[in-house]
Amino acid sequence: MIPAAGEGPGLPGEPRLVRWGLITIALAFLVLFLLAPLAVVFAEAFRKGLDVYWAAVTDPIALSAVRLTLLTAAIVVPINVVFGVAAAWLIARFEFRGRSLLTTLIDLPFSVSPVIAGMIFVLLFGAHGLLGPWLVRHGVKVIFALPGIVLATLFVTSPLVARELIPLLQAQGSDEEEAALTLGASGWQTFLHVSLPKMRWGLLYGIVLCNARAMGEFGAVSVVSGHVRGITNTIPLHVEILYNEYQFAAAFGVASLLTLVAVATLVVKSLVEWKSGRRLA
Amino acid sequence: MLPGFGLSMGITLTYLTLVILIPLSTLMLKTATLTWTQFADTITSPRTLAAYRLSFGAALVAALVNAVFGLLVAWVLERYRFPGRRLIDGLVDLPFALPTAVAGIVLTTFYAGNGWIGRFLEPRGIKVDYTPLGVVVALTFVGLPFVVRTVQPVLRGLDPQIEGAAASLGAGRFETFRRVVLPELLPATLTGLTLAFARGLGEYGSVIFIAGNMPMRSEITPLLIMIKLEQFDYAGATAIALVFLLASFALLLFINLMTLRRVK
Repeated sequence: MIPAAGEGPGLPGEPRLVRWGLITIALAFLVLFLLAPLAVVFAEAFRKGLDVYWAAVTDPIALSAVRLTLLTAAIVVPINVVFGVAAAWLIARFEFRGRSLLTTLIDLPFSVSPVIAGMIFVLLFGAHGLLGPWLVRHGVKVIFALPGIVLATLFVTSPLVARELIPLLQAQGSDEEEAALTLGASGWQTFLHVSLPKMRWGLLYGIVLCNARAMGEFGAVSVVSGHVRGITNTIPLHVEILYNEYQFAAAFGVASLLTLVAVATLVVKSLVEWKSGRRLA
Repeated sequence: MLPGFGLSMGITLTYLTLVILIPLSTLMLKTATLTWTQFADTITSPRTLAAYRLSFGAALVAALVNAVFGLLVAWVLERYRFPGRRLIDGLVDLPFALPTAVAGIVLTTFYAGNGWIGRFLEPRGIKVDYTPLGVVVALTFVGLPFVVRTVQPVLRGLDPQIEGAAASLGAGRFETFRRVVLPELLPATLTGLTLAFARGLGEYGSVIFIAGNMPMRSEITPLLIMIKLEQFDYAGATAIALVFLLASFALLLFINLMTLRRVK
């Protein structure tokens, strides 16, 4: 039976007025902080009409930012998927000394400010950094170039896949894997044919979330990119420049691309939860 | 014994060392090259202290706001049925997925003096943009999902019959909530609060647009670090970052220990 509006197991003897009052307050908070901001992006993006929107997202500088962002995500996401799967396998499947310390280390980037994350790579690879003079002598450019952007993004998004998979693997246990091994499957066969299908939905969401965060990373990339227009500007940095030049419609137009990625991420999450019948972290 | 221990350990340690540990350790190495006076002068300058105060204060206020409203939102989403509930539930994660720079320009457009809602707030004496309140608003946005998502599974696992039992034994609704439901939700709420606080401390993109970044007033620590970097004052940036990072870690460790103790 589908409960009527306002019903559900609230507290015993709860008047309808209290229920609806609480629903109203909660929704007002969410509208003010979630729905309205989402509406702002598209309303502002199309405020000056479709032509201005189209011009903003097909501008050559915008397109080069899109290319750089896609390239960065295409490098960062696969690396973090390999790391995330390995780390989750290690943490969820084995007992060993230092396991909780390792878990803390995996989570560490979550509590480092993105600006500091970008800065440590400048201290390491920048012109005045520890390895800077050596890099200059060998003509390798890391900071204010693609490698720096990739490294900073790797750092910031590294826990995401592992964080999705660890609780999933822990909840699933390893009975099937042990059965497969007993029946004579090799380690890789077991992983590919048993473990990977078991974790596919959690992994899918981890990939999608990591991708959204890699494309949208701002603080860390801002430090290492040097903001060279058309060369080292990612989409979020391009949005910042347009906004600071008071080209609001264009800024929101380009921002709407990233917003669509974010909304698609949430849709994938809902689909995955529906498909797997399990809530994700 | 499952296979892959050596391989997964190898990949994990190599990656963590190269991408996380070695880069982070440069912060220590760089600090070691500063003189003591250089270091002390930077971190005790009035501008730095104001930035520290604002960063920790605003992150704490935003985390507390999210604890209260997150608890309410989780309760409403889990216990009541209303049109659009599933959609709202899915949207709660928006701040995880939306790039911070987009959040920043959106919130500014929404809350600025001539903005969508700012134009109604400002005549009533509530100024959001270019004030510490703006910082709190931005950090409330980025920290919104944490408490909701930590409390929801606990609420789902809670048996409403226990509340019924409390009621039948004569407890009023508020008493039932305060003495039966709330104690169950408190550990998860504190975990969510800590996560929101940690996220808010280092946040940069969503804050800088709405805060207007006036030194001593609405300048957060990550922004001050950014300004020092742009002035090529790497020594100053390093000193501010190191103290900020160590203070954050110490505080988070402290909150985690307190939470553990409460749970026991």
